[in-house]
Order: sequence, then structure tokens, then C-alpha cells
Amino acid sequence: MSRISTDQVKHVANLARLAVSEEEVEKFTKQLDAIISFAEQLNELDTENVEPTYHVLDLKNVLREDIPKQGLPREEVLKNAPEHQDGQIKVPSILGE
Amino acid sequence: MSLFDYKVSDLHELLHKRELKVSDLVDESYKRIAQVEDKVQAFLTLDEERARLTAKSLDEKLNTDVTKGLLFGMPIGLKDNMVTKGLRTTCASKILENFDPIYDATVVQKLQQAETVTIGKLNMDEFAMGSSNENSRFQKTRNPWNLETVPGGSSGGSAASVAAGEVLFSLGSDTGGSIRQPAAFCGVVGLKPTYGRVSRFGLVAFASSLDQIGPITRTVEDNAYLLQAISGLDPMDSTSAPVEVPNFASALTGDVKGLKIAVPKEYLGEGVSESVRQSVLDALKVLEGLGAVWEEVSLPHSKYALATYYLLSSSEASANLARFDGVRYGYRAPDAESLMELYKKTRAEGFGEEVKRRIMLGTFALSSGYYDAYYKKAQQARTLIKKDFEDVFEKYDVIVGPTTPTPAFKIGEKIDDPLTMYVNDILTIPLNLAGLPGISVPCGFDGGLPLGLQIIGKHFDEATVYRTAHAFEQATDFHKQKPRL
Repeated sequence: MSRISTDQVKHVANLARLAVSEEEVEKFTKQLDAIISFAEQLNELDTENVEPTYHVLDLKNVLREDIPKQGLPREEVLKNAPEHQDGQIKVPSILGE
Repeated sequence: MSLFDYKVSDLHELLHKRELKVSDLVDESYKRIAQVEDKVQAFLTLDEERARLTAKSLDEKLNTDVTKGLLFGMPIGLKDNMVTKGLRTTCASKILENFDPIYDATVVQKLQQAETVTIGKLNMDEFAMGSSNENSRFQKTRNPWNLETVPGGSSGGSAASVAAGEVLFSLGSDTGGSIRQPAAFCGVVGLKPTYGRVSRFGLVAFASSLDQIGPITRTVEDNAYLLQAISGLDPMDSTSAPVEVPNFASALTGDVKGLKIAVPKEYLGEGVSESVRQSVLDALKVLEGLGAVWEEVSLPHSKYALATYYLLSSSEASANLARFDGVRYGYRAPDAESLMELYKKTRAEGFGEEVKRRIMLGTFALSSGYYDAYYKKAQQARTLIKKDFEDVFEKYDVIVGPTTPTPAFKIGEKIDDPLTMYVNDILTIPLNLAGLPGISVPCGFDGGLPLGLQIIGKHFDEATVYRTAHAFEQATDFHKQKPRL
């Protein structure tokens, strides 16, 4: 039985902000299905009272003094921006028709 | 005979006595690159002009009484996922093809303080996702021992450049084996430090809870020196650890008498080739001869590490790579009519297939309705895997096994089947999940291809890992073999 459908793959691609062709949807459906089937071996594990490990170090709430510092210069920051105008990064219209 | 057959300490002495100039070392590097780079293809970008200028100014310093550190003047290569101010940093991805960083990674700043000379940026699998360098969007680095085979990955360029004598040493990064596996395949020494030992500031993130930068060198001693230079707490990385950095080189005593070694039966089981198994058993005999003792142990959750790793690393990657959207830096798809279309087209055109596959897997594992079944389940499995190691380390000093199940495979052999490719990392992944340090040192050959011995230590006990690796290295001559190019 397939664990993942083409519709799910399209939904996930949208969440991931990836444009996918029909061909890619087919391929990802097969491949993700194989990987997820493989990953389901984790169901063999009894994790009833097991705490999840998010992080291996015993570090909590790493804080520092809040000291104002100079940021990066604007010209430098804009250097890698694909499009900019009047010192600001430019993107296509974000408002619909 | 190449200058890079000398150890750091020898070169340092020659420089100190002024029998050698930094320019000679830099010349040697670019000369060798001119000779072999068309075969090896380890570099994505060379920084020749700046390197020669740096060499010149260091040579002027050489004539003064200013104190020179041990790494003064040493030529180094950097994996292309560490940002370097004014030097293109691509992560071997089209999405960063023309990215010109505006600051240096902490490790790069530390190398500048140590006065090394950066020769160039090294090829890798795109965003460090892969085990063969075949996922680079620009070129396929080849294994200097056999140009038909892969150098391993993702730090394939870092390992191949050192094995080919193009640089004295290099830095790689390791998320699931990406330093140790290519080091094993290329017959060099690669260490993944304890998570938190080295700052990740300026390392383009793949999986933040697993990533760690580490040194790739020809000898264990040089590896210890390079780690010394890049270690330590960094205010710019809140996950770098507030622990003291010991003097790693002082651990290289050659003495392993009474050292207690654990050998997990799972690491010599199914899927591990006979040549690899035999090389590890031979290595254990060598260590035994030096006075160490070993026993078989079990890490019962080893078989779950691969699935755990792919769920967690892909989930973290899907979040980390969300920043590549065509807005602030990197590639932007032309002619998008809306912001949403801009994001989607930019990412579809900018990322390669393996990167997209992992973003998809990670997004799925984190999505509503699946989070508990996949992501959280994997986090719990991670706890069990980590506990296996803690139990063993109650009684033993180090864990020893192979670095990879087989020697380097042929280019094109595994690229079509993601799961087959993933299995290649089965012996290196558990360490990243547990945050432990591990090294790969040369321990044999199979059909002319190098094999690696993996030595795993307790958290922040790189010293014992180095001591064991060094004693083994000094008792054998695998590290003295060189590929014929």
C-alpha cells in the first residue's frame, strides 16, 4: 500500500515553496514512499516514556548582555540582493489583483 | 617528494630557521594544483592572487622577531560551505553560484589569527547532502587513488585535495559522516569534533543539531594542531560549548597501555565487507600489541540510526534552507509575476534533485498530522541511540570500528537510488545523533583503495581519540602511502 499520494506530494511541495512538474511529483511520490516505508521501522521501538532529544548538549537559555552594536553596512548587505532600489530590496507585488 | 610530505611541526621549523619561505609553500600548492587538478577537480574557487599577497606579507614578518604560531604560513583549503569575506561561497549550489559573503565564518577568522594561507574553496555535495560529491551542481571530484571512484562526501573536495597533495590540510564539515567517510575513502585523517567544540557561525547550516566543522590532514598530529586553532566558545554561536579546550597535541603520547576499547558487534555485521572487517580486526591486534584491551559490546539501537538521521536532518534542513528564497541574496528566477511564484520558481531552479528530495521529506515529517509519527518519534529514537553510547562509555574509553562498510565505490554506481546511497553512512551517523567526537585514520587497502578505522570518544574527549589514533598510526605505515597521480 502506498503511504503517500501524489496529492500529498503536491501539498508538501507547496508548503516547501517548490514548483514541481507532474513528472517530479510522480518521482517524489515513489521515492518519498520508499524512504518513509524505511523510516517506519522506528515503529518497532517502544518510546512510551522516552523524552525526545532536541539537542545533545546540556545547554539551556544561553543569554548575553544586550549591548547595542553597529549592524552591517547597508551597501554591503545590498551587494548580494538580486534586485534593489533606493536602498531597499525589491520584490514583485505582494498584493493580489 | 612534496613539501606536504612534511608535518606541520617540520615545516614550522624550516620556516623558523628561514630555510623555507611561506611563498615556497604557496607556490608548491598552486604548482601541484596546476599538475593534478584537471584529474582530481577538488576546487570550486581558487584564491591565488590574495594567497600570494598574504604569503608575501607573512614572509616579511618571517624576517622579524614577532612570535609565529605553529600554523603560521601553512596552506589550507576550505569546504565551500564556510563563508569567506570577498571570496565566493557556493555550497556547490546554483542558488549561491555568485554569492559573495560579507563576513568571515568564525573558523575563518581563527585561521587568520593563526596566519594560515587560504588556497581556495573545495567542492562538496550540494549543501553537504550526499556521500559521493556527485550532488555538486558544478563538478565531480574524483578519488586520487582511482579516478573512476568517488572521493566520498560531502567533504569530498576537502579530503581529495589533501590526499592529492594540493594543500597541506583542509577543513570539512560533518553532519552524518561528511568528514570521516571521505577521509576514509581518500586515505587521510578526518575528525568530527564533539558537537559544540567548534563554532558553527558562518557555516551554511544543513542540520543545526548535527553539523560540526573539523580538520582533514595527513597525520593525526597535524589534525590535533588544526583542531586546536579552530576550537572554543564563540559568542556568535550559542550552541558552541562553554568548556575548556585542552592541549590536544599533548595527548599524543603513543601510550595506550590499559586503554579499554569497545567494539560494537553491530559495526562488523551485515553489509560490512570482508576486507573492511579484516582491516579492523588487524587494527585491534595492533592496538592490543600496544597494551590496549578490547571487548565486543552491543549498541542495540544502531539499526535505527539511519531512519532517525534522515528524518531529523531533513526536517532541520527544510527549515534551514527556507532562507534561500531569491530575495536577499543568491539566485532569483526571472519573470516571476508574484512573490509566491518568485519563491517557488527560484527554489525549483536553484536547488538540485537531492536537496529538493530532502526538503520535501523534511517538510512532510514536520507537517501537521505527521509531526508526532515521524519527527517526534525520531527525536525519541535519538534518545535511545544516545543512551546506547552512554552505557558503553561507562566501562570503556573509546569505541572502535570501521568508518565505512566498503571502500570507495564507482562514480555513478549508487546515484540513482537514494536509499542505497544513504546506507553508506550507517557507521558514521550514530555519532552525530549522539554528538560524540570521532576520527577516521587509514587502516588498510582493498584493491588499491584506502580503508578507514573509526575511533569514537566520549563528549569533549577528543584527546583520548587522538591518543588512540596516533598510537595506531605510529605503529603502522598506511598513512605513508600516497596515490599515484
